[in-house]
Amino acid sequence: MSGEPIISIHHLNKKFPMAGGNFYALSQINLSFQTAEFAGLVGPSGSGKTTLLNLIGTLDRASEGEIKILGKELGQLSTKEAAEMRMKVLGFIFQTHNLLPIYTVYENVELPLLLLKWQASDRHKAVMKTLDWVGLTDKVKSRPPQLSGGQCQRAAIARVMVKGPGIVLADEPTANLDAENSHSVLQTMKRLNQELKTTFLFSTHDEKVIRYLDRKITLEDGKIIEDEIQNK
Amino acid sequence: MIFFLTKGLLRDKYRSLFPLIVVTAGVALIVLLQAWIDGATGNMIENTARFKTGHVRVTTQASAKQSRHIPIDLSLTEVEHWLSILRDRHSSLYWKARTRFGGILDFPDEKGETSAQGPVVGLAVDLLSSDGMERNNLNLKNALIDGRLPRNPGEILVSDLFFKKLNLRLGQSATLISTDMEGGMAVHNFTVVGSINFGIQALDRGAILTDLTDVQQALNMIDASSEILGYFKGGFYQKDDALHIAKTFNLQFQNFEDLFSPVMKTMREQDELGKMYDLYESMTFLVIAAFVFIMAIVLWNTGLMSGMRRYGELGVRMALGESQGRIYRSLLAESLIIGVAGSFLGTLLALIPAYYLQVYGIDVSQMIQSNQGVLLSNVMRAQVTPLSFFIGFIPGVFATFLGALISGFGIYKRQTAELFKELET
Repeated sequence: MSGEPIISIHHLNKKFPMAGGNFYALSQINLSFQTAEFAGLVGPSGSGKTTLLNLIGTLDRASEGEIKILGKELGQLSTKEAAEMRMKVLGFIFQTHNLLPIYTVYENVELPLLLLKWQASDRHKAVMKTLDWVGLTDKVKSRPPQLSGGQCQRAAIARVMVKGPGIVLADEPTANLDAENSHSVLQTMKRLNQELKTTFLFSTHDEKVIRYLDRKITLEDGKIIEDEIQNK
Repeated sequence: MIFFLTKGLLRDKYRSLFPLIVVTAGVALIVLLQAWIDGATGNMIENTARFKTGHVRVTTQASAKQSRHIPIDLSLTEVEHWLSILRDRHSSLYWKARTRFGGILDFPDEKGETSAQGPVVGLAVDLLSSDGMERNNLNLKNALIDGRLPRNPGEILVSDLFFKKLNLRLGQSATLISTDMEGGMAVHNFTVVGSINFGIQALDRGAILTDLTDVQQALNMIDASSEILGYFKGGFYQKDDALHIAKTFNLQFQNFEDLFSPVMKTMREQDELGKMYDLYESMTFLVIAAFVFIMAIVLWNTGLMSGMRRYGELGVRMALGESQGRIYRSLLAESLIIGVAGSFLGTLLALIPAYYLQVYGIDVSQMIQSNQGVLLSNVMRAQVTPLSFFIGFIPGVFATFLGALISGFGIYKRQTAELFKELET
């Protein structure tokens, strides 16, 4: 790996006050991710995977240490700047698709661009292109309840990818899908990672996901116990 | 983004239909109530001003103290002199002398024997002058049921109820038996030329209407009348102007040593009309305030329920990078859309029955037993005024906005650190 990392983490601690002292959810984390990595945080429940995703996603603040995204130290960002970082640079994929049921697939995918105040014609081009990537051009006018679980998750991926984020954070994105849909969704993400050079960072303990990762970082009790490159 | 939110509002009935129904119903009730109160109050005030108090009224001080008893012996003298002063100094009003009196009206048969008799309350106004002001003021053309309006001295109009009760006929002679200004007995003959119905129970029971000059002769009141009434030329009572005119007049002419000196009172100062009017205004305000309060609580609750239903949506929007302030503002914008739409629909919905009540009214004559202070119409009507078209928008938009303002605070209590957990359950 070479060049300026897109994410760099130094001496990161996250502690929560508890009776009789502090509980360290993350302890002395040092990591960096290059552009277009397809990496995953792996470990059992309570190992600190989601906490780390929260911190990288500007949804929470570190107790000690620093996280930099594109050279910007997240601890220095105001709430508004953090929201702007999420809007422009980051994308989230959740276990459940969280599509808005009253809007069509097209409108759901369009939402991030509306927030970014894109022009209508640019929005239309970007939405159609993204839906083409995820294979949902025939479902433009469908609403989420009319789609299968896999199609919904692909629409959720389109909603993240439409704005061209530098980093996508995915928390157990296939947890609610069957094996076939899981592979389809993972293949879609892998393809986007390769074609668009988007950095994907997963939090998972699903073997199906782990097999797709290029880099596997294993966490246990808030500490990194293994950081290995695979599939390359 | 507004288009996007509006689409959401239209599609999600729980977000739009229920609050819309609440706002529409609340606004409709407020508009209807306001039109009704306005109509009832306005009608009462208009009647009382037309028949009794004027917009301002000049009497002797002694008479003003006993205004409910028709004290003919305490009437104002040198009426022409006072009329001339008033017309000269306060030309923004019409000034007319009137006399109210009481007595017995006796109807003799061909032999001169009493065939019918009854107590009457008389109103003597300037019926015969060419300006026709009093005829218009009392709306006599419309009030006339049978016969014609007096054209000559000695002719009177009798209330239709009285006319029918005593089985009278047009052209019949009538003798008024009363007391004159000096306290002596007064007897005067008239001819009945018409019957009238004012639609006001208090007047229609046993009223007669005569020309002022006739009564001045009959009751020995030369250049005297029980009162001089002033009406603003625009037709509407002007509270501040009336107060100013009365104050100016009283400062100059009221003499506390002389009970027969003139005193001017505004409409609000007579028969506790001011208090009554203020009470109606307070009632209107209280009704609106109560509706705003109740609607705000209901809409707050609706907002909370909607917030819970939309918990996921708001979380996704936060994850997508929308700031809490922006989400809060968008909820307020949605509430404004609902508020304006509900207020529009509610106003429209209320104006239909309000207009119906304005045209047809509700007959309350059976409920009116006696009324000394104010003159209530037999048919109470609503009144659609320019205010009716926008009064509903104040509580409609305000309550909806207030409801969203309070319920939306929850957005700021949400921790972004919990988003992953929240959106995955």
